[in-house]
Amino acid sequence: MAEYGRVREGVRAYGLIAGMWVRSTMVYRASFVMTTFGNFAATFFDFVAIMLMFSRVDSLAGWSLPEVAFLYGLSAVAFGMADLLIGSMDRLGRRVRDGTLDTLLVRPAPVLAQVAADRFALRRLGRVTQGALVLGWSLSRLEVAWTPLKLLLMPVMVAGGCGIFCAVFVAGAAFQFLAQDASEVQNAFTYGGTTLLQYPPAVFTEELVRGVTFVLPLAFVNWVPAAYVLGRPYPLGLPGWTAFVSPLVALACCALAGLAWRAGLRSYRSTGS
Amino acid sequence: MGAGRLYVAVAAGGFRRYATYRAATAAGVFTNTVFGLIIVCTYRALWDARPHLGGYDQAQAVTYVWLGQALLSTLAIGGGGAEEELMERIRTGDVAVDLYRPADLQLWWLAADLGRSCFQLLGRGVLPFLFGMLCFPAYLPSDAGTWLALLVTLALAMLVGFGIRYLLALSAFWLLDGAGVTRIAWLAGYFCSGMLLPLNVFPGTLGEVVRALPWSALLQAPADVLLGRADPLGVWLFQAGWAVALLGAGRLLQSAATRRVVVQGG
Repeated sequence: MAEYGRVREGVRAYGLIAGMWVRSTMVYRASFVMTTFGNFAATFFDFVAIMLMFSRVDSLAGWSLPEVAFLYGLSAVAFGMADLLIGSMDRLGRRVRDGTLDTLLVRPAPVLAQVAADRFALRRLGRVTQGALVLGWSLSRLEVAWTPLKLLLMPVMVAGGCGIFCAVFVAGAAFQFLAQDASEVQNAFTYGGTTLLQYPPAVFTEELVRGVTFVLPLAFVNWVPAAYVLGRPYPLGLPGWTAFVSPLVALACCALAGLAWRAGLRSYRSTGS
Repeated sequence: MGAGRLYVAVAAGGFRRYATYRAATAAGVFTNTVFGLIIVCTYRALWDARPHLGGYDQAQAVTYVWLGQALLSTLAIGGGGAEEELMERIRTGDVAVDLYRPADLQLWWLAADLGRSCFQLLGRGVLPFLFGMLCFPAYLPSDAGTWLALLVTLALAMLVGFGIRYLLALSAFWLLDGAGVTRIAWLAGYFCSGMLLPLNVFPGTLGEVVRALPWSALLQAPADVLLGRADPLGVWLFQAGWAVALLGAGRLLQSAATRRVVVQGG
């Protein structure tokens, strides 16, 4: 029960802090409109790069544009949701450096919730929206033989993917307790991860695909489940049931990330300034 | 003479300041290498499907990717140079202190940004580039002349890059919060410089437009010189033209800003 109470307390604190940041953003309204549009357009440009590629070729490593768009949409929505929820965690390094993390430690709310809600930015909905639009477009173009199982897999896959990216964000933040200045390493896994997943696995070298399947299991965000939906061969010849394990992978990742976070927080030493 | 030494000192300060953060630099090298790996794989698939796309062969496309990763932070193509700090100083009102200094605002920040650029090139740019050249079959020119021409192009690209970002920073005098402008500049920088895709791969009129914009002086111009796809003299003229125009516009905007805008107090 104590654990449950802590979680509820954390969620409540998260909601309060996030609400405060939303109100404060609205003070600079012109800037808010520009940043939301910028966020939408930023991810849209990502997709423009893919469209430009396909303006010159018909298929990339044997995948057509709607199929790549399907991967893209799934990756962007899953990552966008994680980014919206806890994307500010990459600012932790800065807080450790300038000592402002101390303020969070003395407040009567879980530190993880406070850090996750820090500078909560509604503008990040731009990325989710854009990803959803591309996903919708790809679904209108693809001729998928829908079954109830495939329909069910769609939301499961997105939720699992969001969980996996959340774990990457938390683990990245935990790493920053040690590395402090090296917050950029996290970008290689978060933004790098979502970029990687926008392209079919066949594009990449086998070692890289192995790495993002068995070491950092990003492949379960979209590559493996999407292979089931599209009826394509699985990356690395994985068995069929692996398409459905995304939520379990996400749970395991979140548990590990949680442990890393605790270890990181425990090793924290204030700069004292 | 005295003034010249001042700006050299500011530039050296900018260089040393970024050199202080070794962990951040190492993290940057790592991140640029990972992104380079991802992009190089997609480009190789693209050039497999369509050899000689945009006039590049696959080896040249590989070199292009790693040049882009080397120049991303050097030229602050997505932002993150001196302009971010200047914007914050305008917002908080600290810029009043800068205006009191017996130095020119634009030259001061230009010097600081050039110092930063030089460090980022050496500290952050060279390593991912070498990694890429060693791990993938890449195109490298063998004559020293091309490499010298590349250095000149890079120096001009630094001026153009600062010119763009200085204009953005000054917009904070009117907008106060620079987050939106920074974001849009990030987009324009990525798209129009050729970070997403080489500009000579862009189709039709769109390609012609982006190749004429100042951002193409940042990545496409150095790539053209390194890959031997353009006459260096023409590239330099193009870059110098934009540098003069942008820095001149920065001057005008600066005098308008300092005359008409009341500095934030507090």
